[in-house]
Amino acid sequence: METDTIHELTAAYALDALDEADEREYEDHLARCPRCREDLASLGEAAAALAYAPEAPPPPPALRGRILEQARSERPNVVPLRRRTMWVASAAAAAAACAALGLGLWAASLSRSLDRERARQASVSAILADPSSRRLALSSGHGSVVVGSSGRAVLIVSRLERLPNGKVYEAWVVQNGRPKRAGIFHSGQTTTLLSLPVPSGSQVLVTQERAPGVDQPHNKPLTGAQA
Amino acid sequence: MPRDLAHLSDEALVALVARSDETALAELYDRFGRVAYGLARRILRDDALAEDAVQEAFLAAWRSAPRFVPERAKASTWLLTLVHRRAVDLVRREERRRAESLGDEREEIAGATDEAVWLRYERERVQGALRKLPDQQREAIELAYYGGFTQSELADRLGQPVGTIKSRMFTGLSRLRDLLAEPELDERTWKPTPSTS
Repeated sequence: METDTIHELTAAYALDALDEADEREYEDHLARCPRCREDLASLGEAAAALAYAPEAPPPPPALRGRILEQARSERPNVVPLRRRTMWVASAAAAAAACAALGLGLWAASLSRSLDRERARQASVSAILADPSSRRLALSSGHGSVVVGSSGRAVLIVSRLERLPNGKVYEAWVVQNGRPKRAGIFHSGQTTTLLSLPVPSGSQVLVTQERAPGVDQPHNKPLTGAQA
Repeated sequence: MPRDLAHLSDEALVALVARSDETALAELYDRFGRVAYGLARRILRDDALAEDAVQEAFLAAWRSAPRFVPERAKASTWLLTLVHRRAVDLVRREERRRAESLGDEREEIAGATDEAVWLRYERERVQGALRKLPDQQREAIELAYYGGFTQSELADRLGQPVGTIKSRMFTGLSRLRDLLAEPELDERTWKPTPSTS
């Protein structure tokens, strides 16, 4: 992308309207472009002002208590349980840390892709640490699916063969015989937060696909689990 | 122990949150919880999901406050950005039919407290600025920000090249920024109710 074009992405980035690939490209550019960082500061403020326009009733009073209670339970020295699950997210965290170095101080607080990664890690950790989560074994010893109480699920795979370049693994949630895309992952990636909930009675399947974004599985499932 | 944090700036509050100060988090919620919920509800069109988004956003703030850099953004921008991201991620994940109608529901912000008066003022100011944008720019901005559509989804939906959508967002948001920076959009001014002490 030429500089003028990528410079214009500042507004879409401030509005959270970039696709993930553009977002990464834009953040790479941002790390090198003081003009974009300056623009982002003021456009980001204008975008945040849009939060004031909707008319809405006040939030239910209980929400405040729930937030404070969970915050208390998450203080680093209060819940050592979280440490147990940290290794899972370590690969992603390492990638995020590298990106942060490249982006400098700016990224540490405002990077969208880092924030997205952290949110995923937090969800994965929460599901894995939740004692009420159910663990479903994947067939042929390929790992498991851990389903949290909300139905959100983490897929943990092992011993899947290395894929040739360009190919991906895709997870599917099948309900009433209809498979729906639930996330792609690559060779070497062990943990994937599924983008769809896994209700009881559904199935989780993993296929190998030629490219991300196909609408239906094109290949025989490599492994799967019944919820 | 309740402490009075009302005199602190938003940025000072976030600095306390970064040191795991719960009363500071509570104060931050009291300042921004209502706006956050209004935004999340507009995007998600569902009360329970909106609560989830607000909760996740404040917990993200709790965890990442140590990384907040006041030189880069105002604390309010940082926090509302987190809320917006959580709500947008949720709406995309839920594959909800987004922004079928962007018509506003009228829900008056009741009360004459300083907070209610200020919120109403701020809302009218932003709505007024939005109304001054050319239709196509406003449409692109509203569908992106409140609808959670990416620029390529918008290009499909509006039948325009991505480049056109990109420029509409850029020109529109730049103009909005300039409009909001004007001292007054009209004669209305907000004055705090006189203190009775």
